[in-house]
Amino acid sequence: MTPRTFLVHGLLAGLFAGIAAFLVAHALGEPPLETAISLEQEHSHESGHEHENGVTVSRENQSTWGLATGTLAIGAALGGLVGLAAAVALGRLGRIRATQSTALVALVGFVAVALVPFLKYPATPPAVGDPDTIGHRTALYFSFLGLSVLAAIAAVVLAARLLPRLGTYRTVLAAAGGYLVVMVLAAELMPTVDEVGSFPASTLWEFRRSSITTLASLWAVLGVALVGLVGRTQEKLAVENARRELAASL
Amino acid sequence: MAIATPAAPTVDVPAIPLRQLLPWLAFTALLGLLVIFFVSADQGAISIPAGNAIHEWVHDGRHLLGYPCH
Ligand SMILES: [Zn+2]
Repeated sequence: MTPRTFLVHGLLAGLFAGIAAFLVAHALGEPPLETAISLEQEHSHESGHEHENGVTVSRENQSTWGLATGTLAIGAALGGLVGLAAAVALGRLGRIRATQSTALVALVGFVAVALVPFLKYPATPPAVGDPDTIGHRTALYFSFLGLSVLAAIAAVVLAARLLPRLGTYRTVLAAAGGYLVVMVLAAELMPTVDEVGSFPASTLWEFRRSSITTLASLWAVLGVALVGLVGRTQEKLAVENARRELAASL
Repeated sequence: MAIATPAAPTVDVPAIPLRQLLPWLAFTALLGLLVIFFVSADQGAISIPAGNAIHEWVHDGRHLLGYPCH
């Protein structure tokens, strides 16, 4: 298998993931997002604060084509990256199959890229974030995300080194534990963002639950589709090799 | 008398050499991060190009995929 195989498989799996994320986000996420926007508009009428001039996209477009653009683009981008990460992991994580190392990469990806950043800096609906702190919040979120990805890569590289000496159980324990210690420390040290104010708790909960469900669907479909595609290619290669060996033996 | 050794449940998969992986990695990382930047952060904290058309278009995705928006 070549890097190209993994990239093509990753992009394809990412596209499926983007479609799944769109469907989940549209079905579960749009209702609380609409509620949040109507609350925001009530609020902005009271305080007289209006959106700055610029392009306005209708709510209908934002919640359909705009949302689909976002989920498909993120799906394809993550798919390509995860595909290539799986290509690097191939044959480097002990004696496991291509499908197994690929599944591991997707699982680590979900935890490091989506789940852990969400636990520290969860998604917020419109009307919750203060527009003046967007720079600060963006910096915090991406610093934490970057650290999480680096710590996860370091943990996996370390695990690959430790594996022959410690065995699977202790290696996984050490690597996962190491990642956890780094991230818990970082989460303790980095500032908390709380701009919720008097926003209704039930809407916030529904929005955040829909957001993490969207992310989980994206990563689940990405992982499952990529493992399926890699497995199919691997089987084809095995059949080809067997045929070649048979031909050579005649 | 020889005892047949049970087949190992694991397999050896040849790794792709890093030298062969590197150009693919660099290209994908660059393009992938660029796409993620435009969907997740552009015309929020940083604006390239100026304006809010990209922000407005991917707005719902930005909120629901967990990126800081507004
Ligand atoms: Zn927003």
